[in-house]
Amino acid sequence: MRAFASLLDCLVYTQSRNRKIALLGHYFRTAPDPDRGWALAALTDGMPIRLPLRRMLTDLVSRFIDPTLYRLSRDYVGDTAETVALLWPDDRAVVPWSEMPSESQRERSDRNGEKPKQLVLEFTTPPTPPRQGEGRSGSSSSLAIDAQGRSDVFPSPLRGGVRGEGEIGHNSGETPALSLGAVIDAMASGTTAERTERLGHLLDQLDASGRWALLKLLGGAPRVGVSARLARTALAESYGRDVSEIEEIWHALAPPYLELFQWLDGKAERPDPGAKPVFRPVMLAHPIEEEDWPRLSPEDFAAEWKWDGIRVQVAARGGDVRMFSRQGDDISGAFPEIRSAFQGHDCVVDGELLIMRDGAIAPFNDLQQRLNRKSVTAKMMTAYPPFVRLYDLLFDGQEDLRALSFGARRQRLEAWHAKHHPRLTDVSPLVDFKSFDELGALWSSARAEGIEGLMLKRRASPYQAGRVKGEWFKWKRAALTLDCVLMYAQRGSGKRSSYYSDYTFGVWRTDENGDRQLVPVGKAYSGFTDEELLLIDKWIRGHTTETFGPVRAVEPELVFEVAFDAVQESTRHKSGVAMRFPRIHRIRWDKPAAEADSLETVLKLSGGGATANAAAPSDLV
Amino acid sequence: MTPTPISSAPAVDTWLYPVGSGIYCEPGDFYIDPGRAVDRAVITHGHSDHARAGHRAVLATAETIEIMKVRYGEDCAGAFQPLALGETISINGVSVRLVPAGHILGSAQVVIEWAGRRAVISGDYKRASDPTCAPFELVTCDVFVTEATFALPVFRHERAEHEAAKLLSSLKAEPDRTHLIGAYNLGKCQRMIRVVRDAGYDKPIYLHGAVVALTELYQKLGIDLGALQPVADADPKSMRGGIVMCPPSALGDRWSRRFGDPVNAFASGWMRVRGRARQLGVELPLVVSDHVDWPELIQTVIETEAEEIWVTHGREDALVHYLGTLGRKARALALVGYGEEAE
Repeated sequence: MRAFASLLDCLVYTQSRNRKIALLGHYFRTAPDPDRGWALAALTDGMPIRLPLRRMLTDLVSRFIDPTLYRLSRDYVGDTAETVALLWPDDRAVVPWSEMPSESQRERSDRNGEKPKQLVLEFTTPPTPPRQGEGRSGSSSSLAIDAQGRSDVFPSPLRGGVRGEGEIGHNSGETPALSLGAVIDAMASGTTAERTERLGHLLDQLDASGRWALLKLLGGAPRVGVSARLARTALAESYGRDVSEIEEIWHALAPPYLELFQWLDGKAERPDPGAKPVFRPVMLAHPIEEEDWPRLSPEDFAAEWKWDGIRVQVAARGGDVRMFSRQGDDISGAFPEIRSAFQGHDCVVDGELLIMRDGAIAPFNDLQQRLNRKSVTAKMMTAYPPFVRLYDLLFDGQEDLRALSFGARRQRLEAWHAKHHPRLTDVSPLVDFKSFDELGALWSSARAEGIEGLMLKRRASPYQAGRVKGEWFKWKRAALTLDCVLMYAQRGSGKRSSYYSDYTFGVWRTDENGDRQLVPVGKAYSGFTDEELLLIDKWIRGHTTETFGPVRAVEPELVFEVAFDAVQESTRHKSGVAMRFPRIHRIRWDKPAAEADSLETVLKLSGGGATANAAAPSDLV
Repeated sequence: MTPTPISSAPAVDTWLYPVGSGIYCEPGDFYIDPGRAVDRAVITHGHSDHARAGHRAVLATAETIEIMKVRYGEDCAGAFQPLALGETISINGVSVRLVPAGHILGSAQVVIEWAGRRAVISGDYKRASDPTCAPFELVTCDVFVTEATFALPVFRHERAEHEAAKLLSSLKAEPDRTHLIGAYNLGKCQRMIRVVRDAGYDKPIYLHGAVVALTELYQKLGIDLGALQPVADADPKSMRGGIVMCPPSALGDRWSRRFGDPVNAFASGWMRVRGRARQLGVELPLVVSDHVDWPELIQTVIETEAEEIWVTHGREDALVHYLGTLGRKARALALVGYGEEAE
């Protein structure tokens, strides 16, 4: 746990991508099995254990800390795992795992009503005898303050191990046997009550940094500035491999990835995905720039509409079907309809995931309802039916088509689809054009729902992983901008936990009495610099009218020029509309709020598809 | 020991109370750490939210007076009267004594006795060891006035020696990167230099212009800080891989670009919380504070045996609430302007 805690602690403070890769690589090459595999699982959000961690922690901390103090601490720190790690007492007796009280003993002591009170007092005036020679004197202080038994007994490893400079002060409190593997073993089974007790015992054995790392390990998605892809990249690079070599077998592997490390260590062959469907790294497009046009010839390119969904890859093989996101994350769990549509096929296809109702693409907002979920309810399946619009075929059966040209693959795709026609799919049509001027006219007139712009694909391009120069281009519709007024600000989390960094803004609506009021149309938390964030934060604190927990309402005086991709209907906003991909384009310190835009302007931009107060479309459940 | 209370003795808050931004002692007609210019001020220590310029007369330790003169000029007060730690004087029949607070060089608690009651105004204080100032001395009292800068149970500071070792370890691991140590320019900066020296670091330490004057004052007052050199006078090559002390605001500032790709370190009790370190872009957080942490704060309050605890600034809601659960009488004074200076 020490090396892992040290790794996470270094990662969290490191901004540089290269340094993160170096830290991760060092860990993967030096940590033992199965620890490094469990660490990899945690960093790629692949931990097989799912715990009701927040509930378990609330239960545990309520035994020794006053709920108000806990709430104030949690509000200040902004992260449950870190709050608990920091306020967990350091002076708990370290009891070896084997001597841990049985569940029944624990339960008995829990029923003892006096226990929490006693622990509160223990926490503040620990009974440990004072040590000498620290100069924390006090003439009458017989109960010396250094009796906290903390830093010198439980130092934070921080920049210890990973930086290669040895441990600064050993954590005498940590059981050497407390490996990640042991933690997983302890937490893998049992009732929630049993696992809560075990978790408390594990926390007792660690210092603050170790406790934090433990909770990050068990909590999934540790948010230490490392994406799943970056973790895999670091792993590949530290062994001199290309990340695609790992990505192509990734989904056939399971934590703690023993065979993967065996292969990387040169002790075994590369794991064979066998009959399992795996992810193939996807080919990406560059945004087209002005200077690109003169270098391109229209006859070399095919054009398709750029659909407003998410890029997916469906891999079907041997009765198993997986759907992957562009980053290679398996999202099939949330889309059983797509899995069943491809059941029995043998292929790898590339396409756009959309929500399709009666042949029409639903707003992106609808698709969002189904994303970032591990599973899905029957109600959601009815309300938000998914569909995959295909634009490439990578494998037909066992035949790898990726070396073929786009033109050839396109013919194979059309033929394959005509023959097999999986349900809930169609083929994205090609857009005919003779010249780029003609295409430009199509581009600027394309306002239909679900179209984000155009794609240009070189007819001769083979399917290559990554963003290859000069082969595929995306030509997005220009961003729209509106002047909006800041209405509410919310504190961010993590790095921004003490800043008001999430902004809800509105535009003016004139009601039936002729009065103008602001109605919210969107929320953004990006597009400004750190310096601007400081200024906005300060402005918000000075112009607060009301506070609701982490949210402040502010005087309607600050104007943001907001850039966004589209306007869509919304049941969440009083205005009935919401911006798609809003970001702060400019802060208009100079502009009077009264001159900000009105709801009528917003509705015009939505192409008339949305009307004010179109609160509940009938087809939404 | 607490003087025997006279049964009819007036409650402390009838003669000692907060006024706007300081505490006023009515029978003595003086203020403690007032936020605006007054006739007579007793100053606990030299930080700018406690010591301000413009008072007609200032009573403080000799060190605090020296610090005020360096920060605000020789004539920043009409008159200065030094009072040695441990000595008692009488002001209009009110007994006033200064006792070490352990916060920074010259810092003192103000012990006030009148009509058989004793109040201790602790200013800012800590109980961890600090080689640059006299250690905190506990005085029992009827009313204890305390800060609450780190009054949440998540705050437990590391020992400065441990953090100094961490810094030296990082210097060894990153020998080509200059380590910029953001530290508050009065107290924290000099304490960090001293503990780094005690950990065996004997190379010159470089100083940002904003920390030079006070650091020189510390040396003049007998705190040995080893070889120091202002950044402005130093050869850029010689600073590579070395230690540079600077105010926290200089981290990530344009000034820091001259060091190439430095390791940004920040010595502060706030560094205990990762979010705070991350939002400041700190790569090497050093959890070193000149204030009491939560266990020390609770311990101190209990040890003073005070009947009433008055809380000046910080997270007073948490402290007042918690002392209430312990059956202690505690209230927030809601003073204006305290705690504005960074820790």
